[in-house]
Amino acid sequence: MLKQCEGSHAVASAVAMCRPEVICAYPISPQTHIVEGLGEMVKSGNLAPCEFINVESEFAAMSVAIGASAAGARSYTATASQGLLFMVEAVYNASGLGLPIVMTVANRAIGAPINIWNDHSDSMSQRDCGWIQLFAENNQEALDLHIQAFRLGEELSLPVMVCMDGFILTHAYERVDIPAQEQVDSYLPAFVPRQILDPAEPVSIGAMVGPEAFTEVRYLAHAKQMQALELIPQHAAEFKQIFGRDSGGLVRPYRCEDAETIVVALGSVLGTLKDTIDEMRDAGHKVGVLGIVSFRPFPLLAVREVLKNARRVVVLEKSLAVGIGGIVATDVRMALSGLHLHGYTVIAGLGGRAITKASLHKMLERAVKDELEHLTFLDLDHNLINRHLEREKQKRRSGPMAENMLRDVGVVAARIA
Amino acid sequence: MPFQPVKFYQTGTFTVGNRLLALEQRSVQANMQRTNSLNSGHRACQGCGEALGARYAIDAAMRASNKQLIAANATGCLEVFSTPYPETSWQIPWIHSLFGNTAAVATGIAAALRVKGRREVRVIAQGGDGGTTDIGFGCLSGMFERNDDVLYICYDNEAYMNTGVQRSSATPPAARTATTMPVGPEPGNVFGQGKNVAQIAMAHNIPYVATATVADLHDLEYKVNRAMGMHGARYIHIFVPCPLGWGAASNDTIRLARLARETGLFAVYEAEHGEVTSVSKIRKRVPVEDYLKLQRRFAHLFGKTPALETIARIQAMADKNIRKFGLLEQGGQ
Amino acid sequence: MLQIRIHGRGGQGVVTAAEMLSIAAFLQGSYSQAFPSFGSERTGAPVVSFCRISDREIRLREPIMEPDSIIIQDPTLLHQVDVFSGLKDAGHVLINTAHSFEKLGIGDIMSGRRLERMCTVPANELALKYVGRPMPNAVLLGGFAALSGIIKLESVAAAVREKFSGKVAEGNIAAATAAYDFVKQKMQENVHA
Repeated sequence: MLKQCEGSHAVASAVAMCRPEVICAYPISPQTHIVEGLGEMVKSGNLAPCEFINVESEFAAMSVAIGASAAGARSYTATASQGLLFMVEAVYNASGLGLPIVMTVANRAIGAPINIWNDHSDSMSQRDCGWIQLFAENNQEALDLHIQAFRLGEELSLPVMVCMDGFILTHAYERVDIPAQEQVDSYLPAFVPRQILDPAEPVSIGAMVGPEAFTEVRYLAHAKQMQALELIPQHAAEFKQIFGRDSGGLVRPYRCEDAETIVVALGSVLGTLKDTIDEMRDAGHKVGVLGIVSFRPFPLLAVREVLKNARRVVVLEKSLAVGIGGIVATDVRMALSGLHLHGYTVIAGLGGRAITKASLHKMLERAVKDELEHLTFLDLDHNLINRHLEREKQKRRSGPMAENMLRDVGVVAARIA
Repeated sequence: MPFQPVKFYQTGTFTVGNRLLALEQRSVQANMQRTNSLNSGHRACQGCGEALGARYAIDAAMRASNKQLIAANATGCLEVFSTPYPETSWQIPWIHSLFGNTAAVATGIAAALRVKGRREVRVIAQGGDGGTTDIGFGCLSGMFERNDDVLYICYDNEAYMNTGVQRSSATPPAARTATTMPVGPEPGNVFGQGKNVAQIAMAHNIPYVATATVADLHDLEYKVNRAMGMHGARYIHIFVPCPLGWGAASNDTIRLARLARETGLFAVYEAEHGEVTSVSKIRKRVPVEDYLKLQRRFAHLFGKTPALETIARIQAMADKNIRKFGLLEQGGQ
Repeated sequence: MLQIRIHGRGGQGVVTAAEMLSIAAFLQGSYSQAFPSFGSERTGAPVVSFCRISDREIRLREPIMEPDSIIIQDPTLLHQVDVFSGLKDAGHVLINTAHSFEKLGIGDIMSGRRLERMCTVPANELALKYVGRPMPNAVLLGGFAALSGIIKLESVAAAVREKFSGKVAEGNIAAATAAYDFVKQKMQENVHA
């Protein structure tokens, strides 16, 4: 059924149709609308049986999900930003124990300075936590990926993070095709756990493992993610059969066939990039976009296959590995091992800075001429930085950096973008 | 005391002889049918109070739940000594997740059981004092506040023993630990700090809170049984001496637990919905020195010049407990 | 693709206005996208929301910097925020006020614009009359339907019903209809003037 609704609402509908049995709720922007939506459905009886638990922190949210999943319940929670960081210990624990929890991450920046707007710093910080990480390009895909996430996670006994851009997607109203419950039921079988806390058959879960087997346990975690590389395209194909649309998969190339320059990115910025690339194609540039849906496992071969005939690759990412540059870029470079391509990293959209078509055009026009710096910060305000560096030069006690810079910027409420 | 049907002095001890009780009044531990939930072969130290307490408590809970029990366990001695695979000592479904999240994990298990309609299966969470009063306190308070259907048992040995005897918020004043020396001029823990989680649990108005020691088996089993007969959030705080961390003889574990109670330093009581409903009276009041002297963690108080003032302050704490909870029997010494 | 930008203050339903507009367009078979300016909005603070309407899938995610239309829910913003920023020459302007452009002090700005594409409507007054509180968002959408022809009044009514129910919905629809008539009337006067 086609519906014009908020991204969060679309995701809540999808999650509800997956029949989660335990939902842990702790508020943090911008994921709140999702869990609130689910809460309403539990309250109204439309989502039953389901335990909706208001916990006291994100750490507890993930911990309750761990307990529930270990006791055989399909478990779900959502978080963002500081919330994800606050639960990190439990996030690693969930994957280490092999519990197929599904969690939405409404991607948001990490402080300090505190910032509620979108970028990918939060989930990128968890790239090695053992969870599968899928990134949605639009609200339809966000909806679809949640259905696929439960299927994939439960098949592999691995937790899955569905990452969707905070505000840009969670708070955007757009058209989504909300599937019928029967479609979801035929795609997603009932949860049959590999391990369960059951008095009829007592097991110990989470025992200490020493050097004699720890490497093997970790190896299997990796092997399962490698298995996911095969399952994800299969699941996407099955999804298409039942739901009639392309969603998910490992990567999504757009106009890459003969492209000399390919931009690699994740999430909602892919839309703006596609519009930009169309205009550049019209102007005669051979450019394309490669969207990465599955960031963990990282599809090295699929990425290499798309990029291998290009002359240059621009990785545009909403995250920054301080001290080296890109996070996604590092993985992409791994995929290109042995190939001689010009590689550029563009850090964009940090803390919600709008990524505009105009800026992308300017950046790509330099890229196609190989005039781009290898590490570029899109729309960086050099004046603002220089003013602060000058201030630091002037006196030792130059004061709090972010606050000084804000004073230089002036009132922001009066701006549109 | 509604829970100890007879007072009987065996030679030199206050233990009630099982042989003299009717079958149904005997302790779970005295029963050959006990589940031995924490089986032999684990790696706890000789004289470990926590191992004892856990077996007592879980066996009693197993009987109370007709063996329909799941336990979540915090990181700590209990988790480490009981599990190195494949030698798990647990005869019950058992999960260890993290140090600080045990109450929340138990909440999750209880939620799963409720949603699946398995009302007969009960959930216990357990941890040491570090995992309960410090790092797990947030999750514990959340579980209390929501009144989740979990019995949380804290085995309190008054410091982080697993990591080498560091101070916790349950470490008593003047007790020496590996991390108390840098704090203040004395080698022991400072006065005026620490928290009493049983009292804090009561402040949550949860259905049931109790304290117990491993010296009073009948009392401990009674309290577990009582807790298991209720639903909602319940908390039992069990005093478990640690020979290693306290610098005590391993054959003094029970004696120390008893002395903690008989001095008044550890008040044994139960409370429902925030109100104390019964206290275990002290039958023969003992000065705190008798308790302190058995432990090297207090040895600095008994050097060439005994720290009389410090000992007096500890005695004052015991006296305050006795007043506050009415621990002396009518006409008691 | 048409791009509409809505300016108002926190508490005036600025974000909901864009959402309802997008629903109205969707109900007419268009693709549409609505999103807020993502501030941590507080009551009274300047707020912006955006709506795009197109006959094909909308992929663009940037804020609307060159709108085809602007709706201003609070005229006190006129001298605080550059609400006209990037507005296309032939763009629609709808302002919630009982005053004239001249009286608002923007006569100069408006004089170069096409008369049939700008209008004022006393949305607060209409909302007070029909809804009982000065919530101008749905009312202005009625006016916008009349001014722009981009959406139909029935679509606005249907969108209002998706967001609200009962008396609130019906009151808002009545107010939006009144605004629609008001703007139609005013535009006819302009033509004859």
